[in-house]
Amino acid sequence: MIHPIPAGTRDVLPDEMRELRAIDERLRSSFADAGYGEVWTPMVEYEDVFAAGVSDRSRVTSTDGATRDRPGASGGPGGASPPTSSGFRMFDDEGKVLALRSDMTVPIARVVATRFAESERELRLCYSAHAYRTVGHRTGQQREFLQSGIELIGVPGPDGEAEVVALALSALANAGLARHRIGVGDGALYRRLLEALEVPEESHRELLACLTRRDMVGLELRVDALGLARDARDLLVELPELRGGPDVLERGDGPAGDALARLRELYAALEARGIADRVILDLGLVRDLGYYTGAVFELYDPAVGFTLGGGGRYDDLIGRFGAPRPACGIAFDVQRVHVAQAAEERQR
Amino acid sequence: MSATGLTIAVPRGALMGGTLDLLDGLGVDTAEVRSNDRKLLFEDAGIVTMRPSDVPTYVEHGAADIGITGKDVLLEAPEREVYELLDLGYGRCEMVVARRSGDDAMGESLRRLGRVRIATKYTRIAAEHFARTGRQVELVAVKGSVELAPLTGMVDGIVDLTATGKTLAENGLEVVEEIVTCTARLIANPVAHKLKAAEIDAVVQALRGATS
Repeated sequence: MIHPIPAGTRDVLPDEMRELRAIDERLRSSFADAGYGEVWTPMVEYEDVFAAGVSDRSRVTSTDGATRDRPGASGGPGGASPPTSSGFRMFDDEGKVLALRSDMTVPIARVVATRFAESERELRLCYSAHAYRTVGHRTGQQREFLQSGIELIGVPGPDGEAEVVALALSALANAGLARHRIGVGDGALYRRLLEALEVPEESHRELLACLTRRDMVGLELRVDALGLARDARDLLVELPELRGGPDVLERGDGPAGDALARLRELYAALEARGIADRVILDLGLVRDLGYYTGAVFELYDPAVGFTLGGGGRYDDLIGRFGAPRPACGIAFDVQRVHVAQAAEERQR
Repeated sequence: MSATGLTIAVPRGALMGGTLDLLDGLGVDTAEVRSNDRKLLFEDAGIVTMRPSDVPTYVEHGAADIGITGKDVLLEAPEREVYELLDLGYGRCEMVVARRSGDDAMGESLRRLGRVRIATKYTRIAAEHFARTGRQVELVAVKGSVELAPLTGMVDGIVDLTATGKTLAENGLEVVEEIVTCTARLIANPVAHKLKAAEIDAVVQALRGATS
């Protein structure tokens, strides 16, 4: 007899569980050693908690106008998720709408704004918990996935970001990876560039959607149609292709200089920590989440073709729950880290 | 290691000739690929060959770093996480709506039955086209020669890819709407795009020069 389980979910049996648990433990012990305290939040929240995860502005930048601005429409790659809730909803006995969490960052923002409202101190929180999202029905995409991650609250600017990047890299090393890298970009960079070049507001959405979809052909086509001066046109087409070492900061310099200056500071901080060789500066990096305001991160391993996780700075999010604090964080998809670790082992 | 330092997914079929010609220009040795049409994996050249609709799959999973396939394939599989880097210009085809010449079954169906019946291999492109043009549609998915479907009266029209329109004309069909022009595209795995940036940029630069 066949008793199916829902697509995108899975049973974990002892052999796999042992390895998965070991990786999860190593990630968590790295976080704990760095002074991050673990938290739990409810698996379900009132729906409007997740609605705070998306601002009008980010809604515009992260959607293509068709399916993606519907709450719960499928999100992007590794760790990216729909900007509101998971898409899984239910009613409680009072008729209130509850939603399964789509990530831990939004619930933790709520926790910080409510449980630590009076605290001015820096907060270091970590978690390891399941999150949920609706996805297309194809193999390999999980509707339920185990996320492990950190949130650093109250440390603004490059200092906070460098701490998060450094801890992410060392936690992955502790989990058994040797060849992992981190992409570092600025989620607001391209929007800044569009504003600086005075591209008409109504085109922003389409151009950013192309970038989010990784459709560079469509991006070039639409930029060409704007009829801009040669320099501006070239910058809009070429800047998102710039990725690599610190030279991309020079090559991308121009109207988006302030965002690049922030990246330059961050890169200097990463150099000072001796981890710059693991960093890929990526001026085209955008994350498909509604709340990032500055630096964004994505984790890679050459042994696998998918991202292992990601994160970034979200200085506005906690304020949407009433107590503004600068914050940034990063999350790993633990099962993907496991796949990457096994693949690295095979290739050794 | 191959000349490009990358593993390239090459489509078999109509796009293969043009693709191998381009790869020759990159210094990839394609002689063995041209001479052996049963072998699928050519490690020395860094080439894997497959049907065009499988190219995004192999590239998304990182089994190939970059690949070449038709825009029609990409439009039909929008959930694939791949970079679309370059319009290569060749393999130009038109995605069209066609019907039996001179027969307005589509119009009549829509008027009297509230929907059109359309046979296609491209159900997503067809569904989106009819939704965008405000018409209800009943799609019939077929695998083989779509031209047969309206001739037997199974459907009112078809959505299919056509290069010259010859096959359509020979089967007494005519194009009534053009949906989108499709050409060969260069795609890349999102992780390879970051970790092998220099290699991929070199290919993009060379192909930009070759195709413009």
